[in-house]
Amino acid sequence: MYLTKREERILEGEEGEGKRLAMELLVAIGEAFEAERLIPITRAHVATSAQEGDTYWAERLAKGGARCAVRTTTNPPWDYDFFSRIAELTEYEISLLHRTVDAYRRLGAVLSFSCTPYVLDNVPSFGEHVAFSESSAPPYVNSVLGARTNREGSPSALASAVIGKTPYYGLHIDENRRANVVVKVEASMEGPFSYGLLGIHVGEIVGSGIPYFRGLPRNPSKEELVYLGAELATSGSVAMYHIEGVTPEAALMEEPVESGAEVIEVGEEDLRDTLERWSESGGRISSVILGCPHYTYEQLVEVARILGGRRIHPDVDLYILTSRHALEMARRSGVLDVIERAGGRVVADTCIDQPVFRKYEGTLGCTDSFKNAYYRTRRGQKFVIMDVKSCIEAAIRGEVR
Amino acid sequence: MRVRAKKLFGGDIEGEALVSRDPINFYLADPETGVYLEKNHSLGGKSLSGKVLIIPSGKGSSVVQLDGLYQLARHNNAPRAVIANVADAVLVSACVVVGVTLVHKPEKDLTRILRDGDWVIIKGDDIILGERNAVLDH
Repeated sequence: MYLTKREERILEGEEGEGKRLAMELLVAIGEAFEAERLIPITRAHVATSAQEGDTYWAERLAKGGARCAVRTTTNPPWDYDFFSRIAELTEYEISLLHRTVDAYRRLGAVLSFSCTPYVLDNVPSFGEHVAFSESSAPPYVNSVLGARTNREGSPSALASAVIGKTPYYGLHIDENRRANVVVKVEASMEGPFSYGLLGIHVGEIVGSGIPYFRGLPRNPSKEELVYLGAELATSGSVAMYHIEGVTPEAALMEEPVESGAEVIEVGEEDLRDTLERWSESGGRISSVILGCPHYTYEQLVEVARILGGRRIHPDVDLYILTSRHALEMARRSGVLDVIERAGGRVVADTCIDQPVFRKYEGTLGCTDSFKNAYYRTRRGQKFVIMDVKSCIEAAIRGEVR
Repeated sequence: MRVRAKKLFGGDIEGEALVSRDPINFYLADPETGVYLEKNHSLGGKSLSGKVLIIPSGKGSSVVQLDGLYQLARHNNAPRAVIANVADAVLVSACVVVGVTLVHKPEKDLTRILRDGDWVIIKGDDIILGERNAVLDH
């Protein structure tokens, strides 16, 4: 890979150890993908996780004097003020959280702690080159916004943030953004859950491919598109998709689909089979966890509407994870009060894949997110996966029938 | 025998080969023993500790791949080097962050040529299959 004189000097450590480490990673990735050079990025998002490997890297860069060169938002670990009161946590887990927050603060990142920056506070425009980690981000950024990012991991996104550049390969290049599989949808789609189910189903089939959807409604909500992308990147490693008549880039391409692309059809029955494979069937539940990815303000309003003044079952904890911004808007508008009077907890700055939900390991829960179920399964919790209305009804009854 | 490859990260190194026919995820190794735990896997029950790991590719999300390799390293059970047929961005990140030499795209598929215990030397972009201490000293 070609490096400018300044990039070479950074690689030799002339601008500090932190930048040297970051450059070393970008060069290794660039070499692996045979990138010709580095290109500037305008913003980044790092999938901060407060898991040791991630924190170790952030601390090394911070200690080496590195600072983010572009606007860089961060994923949620967990909210200390909220969970230190109610969850059993080890000293080590608490210290790891503080170390992580401290390292990212020293790096000059925006401590936004939400996994949906792309609908919130770090929204690239069409054509911008960026480096976003957090698996739900590349599908939204590439497909819905028409900006350009590869499917970054947390370390490479942070390295790009520090250098302000990324290797020029993959989805940064025009030719690589065409679809290579056509998905004809012959099922009715309504609400984020149905888009999520479609995403899980198609992700399993296309793997790392770029699907081109036909037959979807013309005016999907942002929540529906967030769910579609998040789930495509859970069962598969999809970083981009097109929807005919919806996403902007396909309409601008002469040939948005590669010639000879495979065509797959998805009907109601296919989706039903996939749901059956992913979801538990029912039983008594200990928890309902919503907000993976983080719920928007509109989704909090929807939960309050479904609750309609009813209280949830005393044996069930209802958690709704959201951004600090949406939480504050819910507080001001009275939506939070409705959810809290029902017995629900709305929490910001927190990811489902954290030790704060240890209490529910080994039990059955409900969620509207396959991604949530997938990552919690690693921590020993099983889920019935269904739409938000059914999840809230289950929270009220204490079981899924 | 000398096989041309592409060094992506790290210094020259030599050691005993451990050969996997299947993609690997470091999260599925026990950090305290280095033993790979995944069932029905060609590395199942073998220790990665201090080996030159020969693999087709990595697999799994960025968080778990990195954390898995980090935990192995913290217990001094990381492999000494990784030779992959193809390295993805997640595998590259994990090796660079933890400091494990990484080589990819050897011109021959070493997962089919090498056996566990063969002595492997990584020198620049070359992989040398030979005897212990035969090359790096010269």
